[in-house]
Amino acid sequence: MRIPTQLLFGAFLSIFFLVLALVSLIWTPYPVEVLNISEKLKSPEWKYILGTDHFGRDILSMIMIGARTSISVALVAVGIGMLVGVPLGLAAAANRRSIFDDLIMRSNDLVFAFPSLVIAILITAVFGPSAFNAILAIGIFNIPVFARVSRGAALSLWTLEFIMAARVAGKGKTRISVEHILPNIINLLLVQGTIQFSLGILAEAGLSYIGLGAQPPTPSWGRMLADAQTLIYTNPRLAFIPGLAIVAMVLGLNMLGDGLRDYLDPRLRKVRQ
Amino acid sequence: MLHYLLSRIISLLLSLAVASLVIFFVIEIIPGDPASFMLGLNASPETIASLKAELGLDQTPLIRYFDWVSGLVVGDFGISYTYKVPISELVVDRIQVSLPLALYALLLSTAIAFPVGLIAASKRGGTADFGIMGFTQLGIAVPNFWFAMLLVLFFAINLRWFSAGGFSGWDAGFWYGIKSLTLPAIALALTQASILARVMRSALIDTLSQDYIRTARAKGLSQRRVLIKHALRNAMIPVLTILGLQFSFLLAGAIIIENVFFLPGLGRLIFQAIIQRDLIVVESVVMLMVFAVIVVNFLVDLTYAMVDPRLRRSG
Repeated sequence: MRIPTQLLFGAFLSIFFLVLALVSLIWTPYPVEVLNISEKLKSPEWKYILGTDHFGRDILSMIMIGARTSISVALVAVGIGMLVGVPLGLAAAANRRSIFDDLIMRSNDLVFAFPSLVIAILITAVFGPSAFNAILAIGIFNIPVFARVSRGAALSLWTLEFIMAARVAGKGKTRISVEHILPNIINLLLVQGTIQFSLGILAEAGLSYIGLGAQPPTPSWGRMLADAQTLIYTNPRLAFIPGLAIVAMVLGLNMLGDGLRDYLDPRLRKVRQ
Repeated sequence: MLHYLLSRIISLLLSLAVASLVIFFVIEIIPGDPASFMLGLNASPETIASLKAELGLDQTPLIRYFDWVSGLVVGDFGISYTYKVPISELVVDRIQVSLPLALYALLLSTAIAFPVGLIAASKRGGTADFGIMGFTQLGIAVPNFWFAMLLVLFFAINLRWFSAGGFSGWDAGFWYGIKSLTLPAIALALTQASILARVMRSALIDTLSQDYIRTARAKGLSQRRVLIKHALRNAMIPVLTILGLQFSFLLAGAIIIENVFFLPGLGRLIFQAIIQRDLIVVESVVMLMVFAVIVVNFLVDLTYAMVDPRLRRSG
């Protein structure tokens, strides 16, 4: 079967930034901790492919490490959301219409009343700004998303015959959830995970832009944009590059998510053939 | 209908109660001693003690919580530690920027998303649909604060049509106020309009595949009449849900956008309060924002019942 262009393009962009981030672990063109004022605000040239910023730091190196900051924050936040949210959702579906189910759904609604930025504000107000607190804020926001998605999908599976058969065979609710429900919703979780991942990248950029995310000297795309804002009259290039990086990464992840959904959903597949 | 209304009101009150407990717990219990937290490391024990007395922190947490909540109910938000004025005054001042901004952005995004979603759905698979889907995909990926910077660069610095930031208040005239909120509102509306247009499109496409639409077409109604009279209303449920959710994103997004444009709104107030460690302001303003989100979602729930009579019975 043909792999759709959207999926390919999305995967290409996502993998590109992932590779940038991984390479930055062992190598960047220049060190970013060292300020080199004599080389400041250089336009793109062979020596500095994307130019340098107002401290003379190489922009390409900063974009690479920024990718690492973004990806690790968003990835861990998605991990928190999945690890906590999915079991909650599965348990709620297994004990449908019980007090437990009701409690989980109500607290989900409640967390939705706190946008991730508001959670971040509450956390930073008390613990101070850091990348860790940004992860926590985005992660908490992700929990109800995954709980809701897995509960919804699991509920419809519970009515199917093969689950009935498993119950007749004497399997308990937990075992059925893990052995039969989870494998059947993993595709859905993968797609949702990709979408939350891209939202996490945006949220991390926003938080570090207002200074509530990764702290200097750790480069992050949001922070680079905040620095560029004061220089936008004279050096708009500094504002373009990190912004484009965010857009490309988020666009790639969204296309990957949409592409995966179409590719993995058998009903849509039939329509296309 | 009465049963539906009653159950919604109970869940509204419960949500507000739990939300206030969570906020109170995070701000006043987790730091251990909010007074010494607010004053920093160099504060003398006497200053801390006097601040404690001033803020009523020498009371038990239970009494403090009920004092805070009963104050909130009558509009008494406490006194800002840094500004030394009642927080309610600050809020009244700042909300004159934030609320018009959020409404302006909501209006813009709806005004763009509705026709765009309609066109995409009615020309499904065509060039217009393809273009709209591509454009909205991009709109979702652009961070609003970066878009805001680009707007400033283009419309304020290069073309000089708008000011790059700041807000001189509504006293300078209604249109002048609207003008200074225009770029921020556009920046906020871009993402929301893109999401809304996509939801609108898919909701319409879902509805258009229903049997009663085929009946309407078989009766010989024009495409436009089918879309507007029969499909639109039934596609409203998911659209309304998203509109309700968007309100909370607009409020939160305003925290960032107000910083880009130096607008003296609630977002900037809360942001400065964090930097100055003015926990009393953070606590009350966050509660106000969460209150707004919960109430808006409550109103959306009520509109469901108005749009879709089936929901009234099921409660």
